[in-house]
Amino acid sequence: MSLLEVENLRITFPTRTGPAEVVRGVNFTLGHERLAIVGESGSGKSQTGRAILGLTPQPGQATADRLSFDGTDLRSLSARNWRRLRGTRMSMVMQDPKFSLNPVMPVGKQLMEPLTTHGTPKREAKRRALEMLEAVQMRDPERVFRAYPHELSGGMGQRAMIAMMLVSEPDLLIADEPTSALDVTIQIEVLRILDRLVADRGMGLIFISHDLRLVSSFCDRVLVMYAGRVVEELNAADLHKAQHPYTQGLLNCLPQIDEDRHPLPTLDRDAAWAG
Amino acid sequence: MTTTRDWLLSDRPASRRQAKLGQSYRTWLDFRTNALAFLGLLIVVALVLMAIFAPWLAPHDPLVGDLNHTRLLPPLTEGYWLGTDDQGRDILSRLIYGSRITLAVVALVAVIATPVGLLVGTTAGYFGGWVDTVLMRITDIVLAFPKLILALAFVAALGPGIENAIIAISITAWPPYARLARAETLTIRNSDFIAATKLQGASSLRIIWKHIVPLCMSSVIIRVTLDMAGIILTAAGLGFLGLGAQPPQPEWGAMIAGGRNFLVDYWWVAAMPGMAIFIVSLGFNLLGDGLRDVLDPKRQK
Amino acid sequence: MLKIENLEVSFDNGETVVNAVRGVSFDVKQGESYGIVGESGSGKSTVLRAICGMAPTTGGRILLDGKPLPDPRTPDFYRRVQMVFQDPYASLHPRHTIDSVLSEPLSIQRFDRRDQRIAQALDDVGLGQGFRFRYPHQLSGGQRQRVAVARALILEPQIILLDEPTSALDASIQAEVLNLLERLRSERGLTYVMVSHDLAVISHMCERLLVMEQGLAVEELTRADLRARRARTDYTTKLLKASAGYTATE
Repeated sequence: MSLLEVENLRITFPTRTGPAEVVRGVNFTLGHERLAIVGESGSGKSQTGRAILGLTPQPGQATADRLSFDGTDLRSLSARNWRRLRGTRMSMVMQDPKFSLNPVMPVGKQLMEPLTTHGTPKREAKRRALEMLEAVQMRDPERVFRAYPHELSGGMGQRAMIAMMLVSEPDLLIADEPTSALDVTIQIEVLRILDRLVADRGMGLIFISHDLRLVSSFCDRVLVMYAGRVVEELNAADLHKAQHPYTQGLLNCLPQIDEDRHPLPTLDRDAAWAG
Repeated sequence: MTTTRDWLLSDRPASRRQAKLGQSYRTWLDFRTNALAFLGLLIVVALVLMAIFAPWLAPHDPLVGDLNHTRLLPPLTEGYWLGTDDQGRDILSRLIYGSRITLAVVALVAVIATPVGLLVGTTAGYFGGWVDTVLMRITDIVLAFPKLILALAFVAALGPGIENAIIAISITAWPPYARLARAETLTIRNSDFIAATKLQGASSLRIIWKHIVPLCMSSVIIRVTLDMAGIILTAAGLGFLGLGAQPPQPEWGAMIAGGRNFLVDYWWVAAMPGMAIFIVSLGFNLLGDGLRDVLDPKRQK
Repeated sequence: MLKIENLEVSFDNGETVVNAVRGVSFDVKQGESYGIVGESGSGKSTVLRAICGMAPTTGGRILLDGKPLPDPRTPDFYRRVQMVFQDPYASLHPRHTIDSVLSEPLSIQRFDRRDQRIAQALDDVGLGQGFRFRYPHQLSGGQRQRVAVARALILEPQIILLDEPTSALDASIQAEVLNLLERLRSERGLTYVMVSHDLAVISHMCERLLVMEQGLAVEELTRADLRARRARTDYTTKLLKASAGYTATE
């Protein structure tokens, strides 16, 4: 059974010149797998991720014919049920840890919070928080547990945030450019953590990224978004067989260490793609 | 009309002037959607018009009244819609002429305090180091003076009068603007566009004047507008204490002071100027809030 | 043409001293494109800022045509060396039109024929005259970066320092800006020093490169070395491997 079903998702924002539709009819289903949503800025990929968690920023409006998570209809969920779901069964990792960790609270306390608010005893919560810090490859979990976010480096902060999002062992994780702010070497460590969680715990992962090359080596399936629509859906391994000119263009315009192409092929946008 | 509008909102302006006007027009469109801010603007514009056209608007002489026939008439009396005071002067006329004094205070304080604050703040923020330390300690010292008390001391030394009151208020008004401008400058100073300008060989003066000041300006203007209410109240306070405008000048604070003695029996003598102060202060506050919404660079686009 | 000898930069913030660059040397020939690769904290951008006199140099020398650069830099230096910054959203003044962004350097350096020069610069970077009186917020990221390139070029410098000029841009826009930079270099015989975290971008743009880690120069490679994976140090090998994409195990 699929974990998440999205049918005809649309998101509109009102502007001075009338409503602007940033996501225009997106459909997909997610199982216990790594699904990538790839696109350039303004393609609607991040808004898609936020809408699944009911986090479309005001004054935006998200509608869908079907939006269900593990049999629960997300469209008619009360605020109370949303909180229950978000804290425990679905989570989101954002691009910049600085904006997502509370700067005046030690990391450990923030890790324990989602557990204790849902009734886990304190000692048990601490044990699980420390376990999770270990799972995200923190060298000294006890120290990180007591540290404030500013005392951690960028990579550690990002891993601390991933730990926070995973401590309640969600069934669905939406990661919005989780590694874009990180150095390549740390990026791969973080991805390995996510990878293990999908493999060991059967978590569903939606990985939102602009980086086609990274996504093709990390995910199972790829949705390519352009101007609010999914223009192509592929198995990650078949990315080089992409049919849509946009996907092909995106792949071609990347410089390669081994190739000498001067000038680089550029992407000629066809108005029909957005249609 | 539509053509002017299109010209203003064009994405591809063809001249410097069109770009500037278009930018202002967009700000205006933003501003217009905020009803309360618009009300504030109307109040302020009305104040300005009232001050300019006072001789034509005022039905009676503001300074000389008829002690025999028109003393302490209640509001809504024929010809004296807001009543008269104990000297038989028409309160409406006095309020209309008083708007000149209020406006003069507001304008002069803004003209004196804003540039001083901007200059001190941006200089301190841009250079940092000992320049910053010296300038900001001076600012702190001035900031430590209680506004009204310093104004009192000043007026006591130089003699009562509206000019001295304005100078006294200006001296105590600039430090908050300096602080604000410095804080803004600190965030701008290390940005890439300042670095790029340095790389073109620009002098410090040029960087401060052409690049930093325009960016600090909007937050300082907002702050000045919001402070206007306080300045009007301070001026009125000095007038009330008899240290600002001198009789028979129709300054609003002094008018309240005059009406204080018979507040119970003839309430309108004090209440009418009180209302005027209240409405104008409110107008500046609403306008300031509205300006913050459209001008604040940190606001999300 | 540009020679860096044993450069050291340290920032003293009162309590601690951070040694951002600890003895880096390299030599850029006329007309060459030289790359500096490293991760965050490697000091690669600091090297560029030190060349411009915008970072506290605590040791070593920076020579332009064999002559040590005066401190502070002279107006003449700014005519010869210009820089393009990483974030096109931060490198343009939000309240200045493109026209005033481009006329500012001309009036500082007292150039003549300003109108023609601005028009020419806009054409050179492929923007055209329609953009001249727009504000930055009316432009996309790629267009802003073209303006930044135009601003650097308008003083007709010989050396351009590029600080991650495409890392804030989408991949398709990155290709356009890289092509633009290459075309301008070949047309005008410019010398580039380009900093990036992306090995593929550097190998596309530069003939030689320096790998930096934590303020130290790790090794210098040529483009051919990079293609043949002839890295002499573990660090470079690790970088090369990481830039190839995700691998489940070490």
